[in-house]
Amino acid sequence: MEEVLFFGSALGALGGALGVIAMRNPFYSVLALIVHLFSLAALFLLLTSAFVAAAQVVVYAGAVMVLYVFVVAYVGGGGESAWEPIPGQRFLAPLLGIALFVELSVAVLSSSLLALGEGGPDVQAGFGDPAAIGRLLLEKFLLPFEASSILLLLAAVGAIVLAARRREEAA
Amino acid sequence: MNIEWFIVLSALLFATGAMGILIRRSPMVILLCLELMLNAGNLALVAFSRMVGNGQGQVFAVIVMVIAACEVVVGLGLIVAIFRRRLPLNVDDLRELRG
Amino acid sequence: MSVSFWAWLVLLFPLLGSIVIGLGFRALPQKVAGAIGTISIGLAFACGIAALVSLLGDEPEARHHASSLWDYASVAGLDIKLGIFVDPLSIFMVLVVTGVSTLIHLYSYGYMQSDEGYHRFFSYLNFFVFSMLLLVLAGNFVLLIVGWAFVGFASYALISFWYRRETATRAGMKAFVINVVGDIGLVLAAFLIFRELGSFDYGEVFEKAPEVFTTNEWTIVAICLLLLVGAFAKSAQLPLHTWLPDAMEGPTPVSSLIHAATMVTAGVYLIARTHVLFELAPTAADVAAFVGLATLLVAATMALVMTDLKRAIAYSTMSQIGYMIMGVSIGAYSAGMFHLMTHAFFKALLFMAAGSIIAAMANDQNIDRMSGFGKAMRFTSITFVCGALALAAFPGTSGFFSKDEILAFAEARGGMYLIFTVLGYVGALMTAVYSFRLVFRVLPGRPCPEAQELIETGHVAHEAPKNPATGEPEDTDVGFPGPEHHIAEQSLPMRVAMAVLAFLSLVGGLVQVPGIDEVITKFLEPVWEGSPLAAIEPTLGQDYTGLGIGGVIAIVGIGIAYLLYVREPERPRQLEQRLRPLHTLFVNKWYFDEAIDFLVVRPALAVGRFANRVFERIVVDGLVTGTEGTVRGAGGVVRAVQNGFVRSYALLLIAGFAGLALYFLLSSS
Repeated sequence: MEEVLFFGSALGALGGALGVIAMRNPFYSVLALIVHLFSLAALFLLLTSAFVAAAQVVVYAGAVMVLYVFVVAYVGGGGESAWEPIPGQRFLAPLLGIALFVELSVAVLSSSLLALGEGGPDVQAGFGDPAAIGRLLLEKFLLPFEASSILLLLAAVGAIVLAARRREEAA
Repeated sequence: MNIEWFIVLSALLFATGAMGILIRRSPMVILLCLELMLNAGNLALVAFSRMVGNGQGQVFAVIVMVIAACEVVVGLGLIVAIFRRRLPLNVDDLRELRG
Repeated sequence: MSVSFWAWLVLLFPLLGSIVIGLGFRALPQKVAGAIGTISIGLAFACGIAALVSLLGDEPEARHHASSLWDYASVAGLDIKLGIFVDPLSIFMVLVVTGVSTLIHLYSYGYMQSDEGYHRFFSYLNFFVFSMLLLVLAGNFVLLIVGWAFVGFASYALISFWYRRETATRAGMKAFVINVVGDIGLVLAAFLIFRELGSFDYGEVFEKAPEVFTTNEWTIVAICLLLLVGAFAKSAQLPLHTWLPDAMEGPTPVSSLIHAATMVTAGVYLIARTHVLFELAPTAADVAAFVGLATLLVAATMALVMTDLKRAIAYSTMSQIGYMIMGVSIGAYSAGMFHLMTHAFFKALLFMAAGSIIAAMANDQNIDRMSGFGKAMRFTSITFVCGALALAAFPGTSGFFSKDEILAFAEARGGMYLIFTVLGYVGALMTAVYSFRLVFRVLPGRPCPEAQELIETGHVAHEAPKNPATGEPEDTDVGFPGPEHHIAEQSLPMRVAMAVLAFLSLVGGLVQVPGIDEVITKFLEPVWEGSPLAAIEPTLGQDYTGLGIGGVIAIVGIGIAYLLYVREPERPRQLEQRLRPLHTLFVNKWYFDEAIDFLVVRPALAVGRFANRVFERIVVDGLVTGTEGTVRGAGGVVRAVQNGFVRSYALLLIAGFAGLALYFLLSSS
């Protein structure tokens, strides 16, 4: 049962990813990414990480993607021309992609981590619950928590600065 | 269902995102590919967290999501600013950082 | 006050004078500069006398002092000190140099008065005297070479004194280049001496040389021949003599000091000083003697036909130095030095008088245009005649005693050396003829226009200034001769100097009358002790026979000159026609200049052109441009990486990451 779910979600994720990079229209790419994100949420659930899955759906697929949709609608987006100005790019990119995949897989699979070959240890019932995450955030990872909130503040200010209309533009 | 599969899937998604960055020319799509890569990382983190058995990887993944959100905000702000200035939304045409 | 103390002072005063005048040329008025120059040499002369007195207080055997200020170079087996060597020979030279220099400075005080470069002149002249004194007082070969080189430079600076004249600068360069050829010989000789004997110091070298070398071993012959190259270049002997006539481009006091009395005698001094080495290499000594003889005769023939007054006197100098070189090469050391002294007197005087006449002719030096100065310039003519009498070795004059002493010695040595005596007398005849040729062409007869002007108005002739050699017009700014010309009759310093020299030319020989007093010989004896050659003494009979023959020849020569130039003025032209080929040979200076140009100058220029065309343009430029091209090409390639495309940067990033990962994977497996 779990395998079926896994492969289905995996296919969804992969399909979404391929759609992102292959679609001509950026709007379609955004939609493909949304599919990808949902599939990933399913994979998180398979890994008994409920909170992360929920956060993925609500924050990522919900807020961030909505932002994307708004911007794509505002900016529009046509296709791109077929001609590639950088010589060799079209040829090297898939090559490097494959090389990257192979290397990363080899690095992980040939490591001496024995636990990789199993489905993971038996965990308690509250593994992956918001309570557990919350406790970790406020106890052990307080500093990253606070730092990322500052980062959020910076990003918000930055967005306002970038988006503000200049005087000349208004006139 | 071994953890290995998740990791391999994560590597595949990461490589796909990397390839997308190299191929696509629209900044929008490049940002989307960056999202792909970040999510692949998230998947790996959560998989490892499940493998080890404590929630630290998940907390890490949440923080990564926060970062991704910030980055998207700034990136999209840039794209909007470029669009407003009537510059072509094509990464190849924005070439002033050259030697 | 020791001898060495006075000797150091002798060196100090001219150097100080040169520096003070050189640095203060803006601040010092002309007269003060001239006075400083003259007085500094005068002080040097006084110190020379003091040193002489001091020296005479020693025993004759002990009359040599070496003194050094500090170690100049003491490394790797070399031990060179800044040292001087004071003995009768060097004191003799010091006195001659400083004495004649003082008089010439006095002469220049008046002669160069209207020249813009007055201060520069005296500074250079003082520096020259300092260099010459350094040369004669040096106690080791290194300092000798230093003095030698300084003298060469001073000569160059003074020959090209009127530096805006192209002929003058070219003459200066010619002199310098030929001097450098001599320097090379001298330096190589010094190297060989060091290699064989291990020291540069005179004392050590002359002590060790007889022990280390056998007679006529090729090393010592090589050393002496190299020394001779230096001596011949400096003393203008064949074949390195071509610079001397051209050196007449310099002002007359320069010709008088450097090219008559002092610098050109440096070669004679060198051979006398290193006589120990030359006695070990009789071959080289004989070479020197024959070169001296050849120069003597060839120069005399050239002087017979020269129409430029100063050049004629220059060839006469060359000829007389031939006598001196011949003398010191065959062993007549004291006689050679004595002739050096008397020659200094009368040659300097001749140049001074010639300068006065040329000034009256508004810088025209052609004797064809000169006549009648006997009436126009009394004083100058009288001194000119005194000098000519001494040059011709008229009985009783200084030249008479000195020249014949050399020839008598040659006779006493006998054997092959009789050639020198015979040909020496032939040369003496020619000397008498050409010296009085000058006298009888310039002084008697109807006054030429310039002389007429002088007689009538007392004004020195004035013309628009132009280069006497090329005729191109000049101005009188710095670097050219000044606007006024100064003659002896109108300038007291000039008259004083010339009078003293005239007196010395006439009576200076009386210190060395054979059999009666031999002041010079006795004084210089300790220098040559141990030398078998110096021990040869002509008998009184030989001496007086020689004097007699010499006197007769001198009078005959004067008579011939009188015949040719006063009684039958057409004769010279007839002789010229009859002996046309000979005459052409003499007038063209035996084609030495042309030969050197063909053998040396043209190949050198060709080598230079080849080096420029092939080596410089192709190899060197190719290397440099090639390197530049390569770097630029490489830069072009590297620049392509920074093309501005973000995606290609991303590609490089990912490619780098992939590479690194590969490396780590491979190295850990």
